[in-house]
Amino acid sequence: MNDALSRLLRIGVVASMAVVIAGVTLTFFHHPQYVRSTTALRELTDAATIYPHRLAGVIAQIRTGRGQGIVMIGLLMLIATPVARVAFSIVAFAIERDRLYVAITCVVLALLLVSFAIGAAG
Amino acid sequence: MTPLTFVLVVIAMAFVAGVLGSLLGLGGGMIVVPALTLLLGIDIRLAIGASIISVIATSSGAAAAYVRDRLANLRVAMFLELGTTAGAITGAWVAGILHPRWLFVLFGLILGYSALAMLKPRPRDVVRHHGETRLAHRLRLQSSYFDDARGEEVVYDPTRPMFGLALMYIAGIVSGLLGIGSGALKVPAMDLAMELPIKVSTATSNFMIGVTAAASAGLYFARGQIAPFVAAPVAIGVLLGAFAGSKLLSRVSSRAIRRTFVVVLVVVSLQMLVRGIRG
Repeated sequence: MNDALSRLLRIGVVASMAVVIAGVTLTFFHHPQYVRSTTALRELTDAATIYPHRLAGVIAQIRTGRGQGIVMIGLLMLIATPVARVAFSIVAFAIERDRLYVAITCVVLALLLVSFAIGAAG
Repeated sequence: MTPLTFVLVVIAMAFVAGVLGSLLGLGGGMIVVPALTLLLGIDIRLAIGASIISVIATSSGAAAAYVRDRLANLRVAMFLELGTTAGAITGAWVAGILHPRWLFVLFGLILGYSALAMLKPRPRDVVRHHGETRLAHRLRLQSSYFDDARGEEVVYDPTRPMFGLALMYIAGIVSGLLGIGSGALKVPAMDLAMELPIKVSTATSNFMIGVTAAASAGLYFARGQIAPFVAAPVAIGVLLGAFAGSKLLSRVSSRAIRRTFVVVLVVVSLQMLVRGIRG
């Protein structure tokens, strides 16, 4: 269980960072003005901007080939890595027939999923 | 500044934050948030959102090694994550309704506390037997690990899990509110409440930090406060910096670095306080 868990975490981090780097690079290719213009930075780092915050919005960005959407997918993969670790632990505890810890782990997973719902609700 | 220079500057700053964070045992978030807000003028809510993402990256990377070495206690971690994730959700929710000035004030206070706590000698393992262990036994938290320094298997028997759970809820709130791993709170809490050996609590804390951060990151994302062009360079820089820092760790005297940086960090924490009070 330990080795598989360790591998899962490492693959999650490496894969998501690779996607993030690819997305950042692509954005600069798509927006050559980002290399010269100083006004573009404002809209990229403004606090008033509502950044893509629904999976559907992120996917729509990727369909139109926007690098920012790819960056976001990479960041979401990173957020999903510990969540996957928890989901994996449920299976591992179930194999050990450890009912108590299957229950505890399910509650932790539920809390993680609830956090997305609370943020989406405002 | 163009977006390209911004990305490069943030990667460089986050790299330094990652190196220092791992050398000082503070974590990159503690350093990257003041750097982004005070030096680059980034909104503190976006800085916190970016920081929490970098916390997931570094802790998952470090946890991979700890789990492999069997230092992290997976049952203790899973049980305490009930507290840390609930706390992280509470903290991230509160961060959404607080005025950003309060975030500066709270960040300044926690940074100041963590900096001063570095001056204390690292806790040593002492054998104490005063906590009750009945619930811990029902939760099957007792375990053992192989101690390299002593060259033997060390068996340990954790105590008072409910006390630990309550303290973890508080550590989770701080983590979700300020976008930091708050390992500086988790390790002493586990030591105090559950009497875990220091190596086990450090490894277990690192293991829990990723899940705790994912809970608040989910909330920050769903609220639209993860700016890809701030979060991406921060995550890349801190992760590379933390990796470089862990390689350096064995070669430099961390005592000397600690002393030097306590002063710097106290100054930074005061600046965060001033920024929060003046607005």
